[in-house]
Amino acid sequence: MAAPIAIHLEFGGGAELLFNGTKEHHVTLPNQSEPWDMKQLLVWIQRNLLKERPELFVQGDSVRPGILVLINDADWELMGELDYQLQDQDNVVFISTLHGG
Amino acid sequence: MCQVLEEYSDELESAAVPSVSKKCVKCKEARAAVVIRAGDAYCRGCFKDYFIHKFRAMLGKNRVIFPGEKVLLAVSGGPSSFSMLSQVQEGLSQNAHKKLRFIPGIVHIDEGGAVGQSMEERQRTLAELQALFRATGFPFYIIPLEQVLDLPNSVLASAPSPAEQPSSTYKAAVDHFLQSNHSSCATPQDQGQTSIPEVQEPHTQILQQLIISAKMLTARQDLLSTLRQHLLVHTARSKGYSKLMLGDSCTRLAVKLLTSISLGRGAHLAQDTGFSDSRYGDIISVRPMRDYSAKEIAYYNHLFHVPSVFIPSLDTKMPDKASVQRLTESFVTNLQADFPSTVSTIYRTSEKLHTACERSSTVDHRDTCLLCMCALDTAVENASAFQATLISEQLSQNTSSSATRTKIPTRKLAPVEPESVAPTVQCCSSGGREDCGRAESGGGCCSSANGAETSNLRSLLCYSCQLTIKDMSTVGHLPQYILSEAQRRHRRSQMKAAIGEFLLEDGDEGV
Repeated sequence: MAAPIAIHLEFGGGAELLFNGTKEHHVTLPNQSEPWDMKQLLVWIQRNLLKERPELFVQGDSVRPGILVLINDADWELMGELDYQLQDQDNVVFISTLHGG
Repeated sequence: MCQVLEEYSDELESAAVPSVSKKCVKCKEARAAVVIRAGDAYCRGCFKDYFIHKFRAMLGKNRVIFPGEKVLLAVSGGPSSFSMLSQVQEGLSQNAHKKLRFIPGIVHIDEGGAVGQSMEERQRTLAELQALFRATGFPFYIIPLEQVLDLPNSVLASAPSPAEQPSSTYKAAVDHFLQSNHSSCATPQDQGQTSIPEVQEPHTQILQQLIISAKMLTARQDLLSTLRQHLLVHTARSKGYSKLMLGDSCTRLAVKLLTSISLGRGAHLAQDTGFSDSRYGDIISVRPMRDYSAKEIAYYNHLFHVPSVFIPSLDTKMPDKASVQRLTESFVTNLQADFPSTVSTIYRTSEKLHTACERSSTVDHRDTCLLCMCALDTAVENASAFQATLISEQLSQNTSSSATRTKIPTRKLAPVEPESVAPTVQCCSSGGREDCGRAESGGGCCSSANGAETSNLRSLLCYSCQLTIKDMSTVGHLPQYILSEAQRRHRRSQMKAAIGEFLLEDGDEGV
């Protein structure tokens, strides 16, 4: 809980355009007293990684509709969505479905 | 009810949230990984089976693609089309249960010139795509959109469709194919391209000028998709393919359905969003991915490592209100977040649409739209909605009260002909100081040529294509094949009007 957490982030489907084109990010979330959850992760991403146009990634508390989130290759709806508590070495993938095929 | 941010905290009970400990609803053994539709959680294995099965079932149920046929896959680079490509590969592989039996080819239209990408960016993307296409082993063609400037007129002519093959012969065709060609599928005669074609800089500029001549993003996107469609059909025809496979997903088609209604294409919804589209006559487009939501496709691609290349389009990173297409996409996606059955409801509605009348192979060219090749829906009857829009357009124009201008243009060509045939009427002299934009006759005036061309063109278009053309500042930038086909049809209808009374009507033929 107090230790910094290493997270592997991936962006796909066009979402990487908002992050300078980089698809993979290895980040370390700093120490804090409560455990990190997805809601805080989104705020952290918006503050530290998002280079432009935040409204294209985040909407309110959650991600913009149309952006899928996978936590360790499972749908985040099965993990509790925003309330999921992050653990060390978790793999979080954000895929934008707004540019189709 | 359909407001996006409305709160429902009191009235609705929240659905039971499926949790990570939930088992797959299908096999009930493995841990669930994906939530499909509203609340069905599948494990990886069952999801893969479900996904693959759906593709086969879609093709098998519709029985449009016959064994041994050459089918061209239109791959734009995005997830849906690459998913379609991987399903085709999967289906053709030797160890597949119920193998697919057609001969595929791949085509990719490079639109970087119209979108404003630099040559280096385009080359980079194309190199990536080329490597991926080569790995599949199918013949592939990478065609820059600039080639649309060189298309022949025949693209817009609907070729006669092949004889109708009823589904009862489908089974016979399959049996025959199995008996005669049991060992392996025929190797394709052509190997596709070996190198990425060069693009001339002036062509790119002409294309960009064309796109920019449409002022609004809505019209630009519409124009771009029309040109892309023409190029796809031309490629399929010239390389000998009889079917075209498009990778539109369920979500995409739901958005397209609502967008089409907003743009005035309601009459053509069945062809725009249905499984098979036979408006070109000899080439039939099919949409095998129309049952997959964008979420399912994205999951499958991620979990099973299907590559895709992200290519920006005209509305990338645009705000919500930039175009009708963009706004509708945002509306449907937002609604889907709160009401997960939105997209499938719209999809079911589109399944119920059918074309009202079957097109016979002898349909007259005048009866189809020049650009989208659907049946013309602009017959102006008294008290029709279309006539009302024309009247209000007339009244809101700032024209003089000269008698020639208040005439409402009708699709019936006989009354219109005398005005446009007579080349000696000078629009400037009749209207005096007025602008010649609305001229219906050719003349020696500066902008009257454009006005005449525009109105000539408009009489050959369906309602929504008219709206797109109306938004363009000048139609002169349209590719040559469109303009010359327009003139050809116009001359034909003039000629037909001139000899009209000597022709036998279809109804007059002996029984």
